[in-house]
Amino acid sequence: MIKSKKSVSRIISYIFLIVLAYIMVYPLLWMVGASFKSNQEIFGTLGLLPKSPVFGAFGAGWTGTGQYGFSTFLYNTFLMVIPTVLFTVISATLVGYGFARFDFPLKKVLFVTMLATMMLPATVIIIPRYIFFKRLGWLDTYLPFIVPAMLGCFPFFNFMMVQFFRGLPLEIDESGKLDGCNSFVILKDLLLPLCKSAIFSVIVFQFVWTWNDFMNVLIYISSVAKYPVALGLRMTMDISTEFDWNQIMAMSVISILPPVILFFTAQKYFVEGIATTGMKN
Amino acid sequence: MALLKKGNEMLTRKRYTYIGYLYILPWIIGFLVLQLAPLINSFWYSFTNFQLLGDPKFLGLDNYKKIFTNDPTFLQSLKVTSYYVLIAVPLKLSFALLIAIILNQNIKGINFFRTLYYIPSILGGSVAISVLWKYLFMNQGIVNNLLSVVGIPATDWLGDPRYALGTISLVTVWQFGSSMLLFLAGLKQIPVSQYEAARIDGAGRLRIFAQITIPELSPIILFNLIMQMINAFQDFTSAFVITQGGPLKSTYLYGLMLYDQGFKFFKMGYSSALSWILFVIILFFTSLTFRSSESWVHYGDSL
Repeated sequence: MIKSKKSVSRIISYIFLIVLAYIMVYPLLWMVGASFKSNQEIFGTLGLLPKSPVFGAFGAGWTGTGQYGFSTFLYNTFLMVIPTVLFTVISATLVGYGFARFDFPLKKVLFVTMLATMMLPATVIIIPRYIFFKRLGWLDTYLPFIVPAMLGCFPFFNFMMVQFFRGLPLEIDESGKLDGCNSFVILKDLLLPLCKSAIFSVIVFQFVWTWNDFMNVLIYISSVAKYPVALGLRMTMDISTEFDWNQIMAMSVISILPPVILFFTAQKYFVEGIATTGMKN
Repeated sequence: MALLKKGNEMLTRKRYTYIGYLYILPWIIGFLVLQLAPLINSFWYSFTNFQLLGDPKFLGLDNYKKIFTNDPTFLQSLKVTSYYVLIAVPLKLSFALLIAIILNQNIKGINFFRTLYYIPSILGGSVAISVLWKYLFMNQGIVNNLLSVVGIPATDWLGDPRYALGTISLVTVWQFGSSMLLFLAGLKQIPVSQYEAARIDGAGRLRIFAQITIPELSPIILFNLIMQMINAFQDFTSAFVITQGGPLKSTYLYGLMLYDQGFKFFKMGYSSALSWILFVIILFFTSLTFRSSESWVHYGDSL
């Protein structure tokens, strides 16, 4: 009796989960389908699959109508995102190691300050930062994204690495010291190989955030030649007519592909990373 | 004995390794130059008429006076933002919690569902999703088409001030996956023995939920609540791309107002004052949440 009641509730759970999953991914599937539909078909039918697939939208969207096509925007985005992610990984690892493994005066105060900056709203400092970068001549370059990454200005990632290093046994460091390694060698050769899941989490998060960032690129990047996909896509949408729907959907699909591919490749480490860091606060 | 222990502790504590400073140096510089200095500057700008060109002139409290007494846009934006935070954050978190609990009952294929539900979280903030939302919810869009199949008349989801904000909030709720992952990790930490003991005592599902699940998860609920609230108060992309703050400023979120004042009209001083008001609002709600958490957040004995 109890068993059958249990299995009934389990079946209900499954049905609920499946229906929900369908509703959640339906918009994305529709977007992919729409990029292969003709413009007449996009809103005329409800089906996800195009009746007579057209492939022109990708080519037409890729070259674009103006001076710069989507290939430029995509290239620009990588130019901005890759150094930002790389430097975030480096700075977060160093800062995390520093806080997790060394004792120095004012450490507690500094650490609490870092945690507090996690809650500092970005909108409060955006204007002075803009003016600062303008004075340095950095407007319309990717430096406003790369330099903060070098300087560990993403406290969330620093904290994540601190938590991760704390989870690694101190004996590793001590055995390194006995072998006469200095602290940097201990980090590089002994600890870093164990940090895979944390580092992948930093990579995925920072890649996705920088890739999707809209407000900052809107503020800092002004010439179309330097537009990342976020700005390129919005520009295309604004100048488009209803004859270009499938092109815009096609470009939207392309613009979300890199984060999705990265997520699926790094998924295993990524989920582990979140689970370990989320738990220890 | 205790004294001895304390003495020992002091001895070991004295052995500082100053090289630690070298490792955290990037952050110290970043904090001072790119966070603390801008914070102080924006506070100073908020009392001036700074306009990007020319030197800022000190105005005293004029910016603030104007905001509170003579700026109807401010009040409208504040109202819209409050509604948005009040709708989107609780909905998102309760959804995340519900799904995490369902997924935690030894569901087969949990990885599959977890991945699917997480996908919107890695896409949600992007312009592509905003564009998609616009197409889904426009008058001749797919949502109205679907509804017409079941006989519901077409609704102007984005053009009607009554529905636009709700439609925008859906983008946020759709991204419940990231909070769900944290809840799920937390649920996995609750010892099964606790549930079993409660079941032996004859506790029903609701009582187990209220007396075990919620208290055990409360630190994570607190963390999610605060981070989501801070983010929601500053949300920008979807309202900017989908509705441009309209119709009739019904989706004119605070972030849009800050952008308009600062980077469209270049009223940097005025915009700084607005940003400090938002900062104070966020601080107020964050500390309120922390305060209240003393009564509802339960930390394990180990802490």
